[in-house]
Amino acid sequence: MDQILIFINAYLVPGIVSGSIYALGAIGLTLLFGVLRFTHFAHGDVMTAGAYFALTFVGLLGLHPVLALPIAMLCTSVLCLGINHFFYRPLMKRPSLVLTISSFGVALMIRASIQLLYGVESHYYVRGIQRSTEFFGTFRIVDRHIWIVCCAVVLMAALHLLLTYTRLGKAMRAVSDSPDLARLTGISTSAIVKATWVIGGSLAAVAGVFLGWDGFIQANMGWDLLLPMSAAAILGGLGRPYGAMVGGLVIALPKS
Amino acid sequence: MEILIGYSNYAIALATMIGIYAIMALGLNIQWGLTGLFNLGIAGFFAVGAYASAILTTSDTTKHIGGFGLPVVLAWPLAMVAAAIIAWAVARICIRLRADYLAIATIGIGEILRLIFKNEQWATGGTRGISNISRPFEQLPGIWAPLAFLGLVLTLAMVAYWLAERGRTSPWGRVVQAIRDNEPAARAAGKNVETFRIQGFVIGSALMGLAGALTAHYFKFVGPEATDPLQITFLVWVMLIVGGNGSNRGAILGAAVIWTMWSASELVTSRLSGDWAHRAPFARLFLVGLILQIMLQHFPAGLMPPRRQVAAWRPRKPAAIVPQPPQVLPPF
Repeated sequence: MDQILIFINAYLVPGIVSGSIYALGAIGLTLLFGVLRFTHFAHGDVMTAGAYFALTFVGLLGLHPVLALPIAMLCTSVLCLGINHFFYRPLMKRPSLVLTISSFGVALMIRASIQLLYGVESHYYVRGIQRSTEFFGTFRIVDRHIWIVCCAVVLMAALHLLLTYTRLGKAMRAVSDSPDLARLTGISTSAIVKATWVIGGSLAAVAGVFLGWDGFIQANMGWDLLLPMSAAAILGGLGRPYGAMVGGLVIALPKS
Repeated sequence: MEILIGYSNYAIALATMIGIYAIMALGLNIQWGLTGLFNLGIAGFFAVGAYASAILTTSDTTKHIGGFGLPVVLAWPLAMVAAAIIAWAVARICIRLRADYLAIATIGIGEILRLIFKNEQWATGGTRGISNISRPFEQLPGIWAPLAFLGLVLTLAMVAYWLAERGRTSPWGRVVQAIRDNEPAARAAGKNVETFRIQGFVIGSALMGLAGALTAHYFKFVGPEATDPLQITFLVWVMLIVGGNGSNRGAILGAAVIWTMWSASELVTSRLSGDWAHRAPFARLFLVGLILQIMLQHFPAGLMPPRRQVAAWRPRKPAAIVPQPPQVLPPF
């Protein structure tokens, strides 16, 4: 019985938590691949940027990390739209590998700006020992883990509804399946690209905030996660958001 | 007089690093420029060469594996072989991957190699790294020591350039460029695509290993955190893109331009004081990233684009048609 408890507390719960973080990042990666046809190497650093946006507001206003989430999502979406406008859009007509190289450069530029503004040391949203809640009188889960998993599930459900039932979601899936056919039916590709950046950027911001909340915030944290996130996205099949959700859990559970 | 010595020492150090980076940029040009292999693990192969040469040349210590005491003449080729063997093993697994996937895989390999060098304390000295590496010609007096080492580095860079240029214009070079441009066509022409791509990857990585060995002996130290691995990879990529993808002369020019800027901006940032002195280096990285974006958008061919391959193959002017005497067939 004790072993099961240790397994749940020390491995299963952290595994599910980091799995949801990977999945949130991998969904952005996979959506961007579907619509833009390139691997966005700066996605990890977009996550880091989201974490630092939230850190700024947590520090300024003394907010709870969860309350800082919407602001971080907004700022990161604006950042992504800016990056797309200045760096990726001019290269759209070129081979997709040029975009990949460009995104590698963008990754380092984002990280360099963060290090320039915040330095290289680690930061924390909340200091001190975290409160935990007891379940069934036997095992305890830290409050932030419950928050992280619940938020991730809600966001993924929202994404599912968006992709399945809204015009925007259908248009995104159409562009992802066949860009030429989608354009023929009158879908504005540039609007879809912008929407994809907003969704991908917001999810990356959430993943970044959760990652920072669960551990610490550091300029390299997003880049270090790029590898497991890509693994999750590829495992689920690039361009398939549902695959990315499962992929995140599959990668994270054995790892923990 | 002392200022003069200071300036010439700076110029020598600058030229030495340009030579080392030029070798790496040539290696990347063989991989990406000619063969079209997206390698983001440059720092990994660089580190393999650096550690191999360091372990082979240092004398016996208890801090890391060693005591072979080989001369550099033997150790540097062996460092290249070590990098080539690792590259071959990697290529055997990953070479069929599409370019994006290959990039992700090579990032992972660079990371694995870095962790191995950091954690295998018995072999590499762990985080303390390997020190007391000998530098060739260091016993020469005064300014002659760095000057002689510079000569050695530049000679090796010229040899690398000559070999890369010979390779580019040879039949082998034409095959790998054909694979880069149109893989199905090259396959249809009966070329073994995998073999050629593995060859390109291995040769380029061997050059990166040589650059690593040169750096280890130049700084007389190698450690897992001595240089930011991503910074090396990124700088070499920017050098190749700035110089001109696919062009060996461009790779050397790009190494010279980018490293001069990188080093000159350090002169500026080192004068800053306090907190900004720690943060200013990141502004340099940002600037190099910006240069990459500008080059990609406005000068996609680079400063020195490759000369068209066709020019080397244009048939000579057809010889004037000499009227042949009518041939009389033999009677049988």
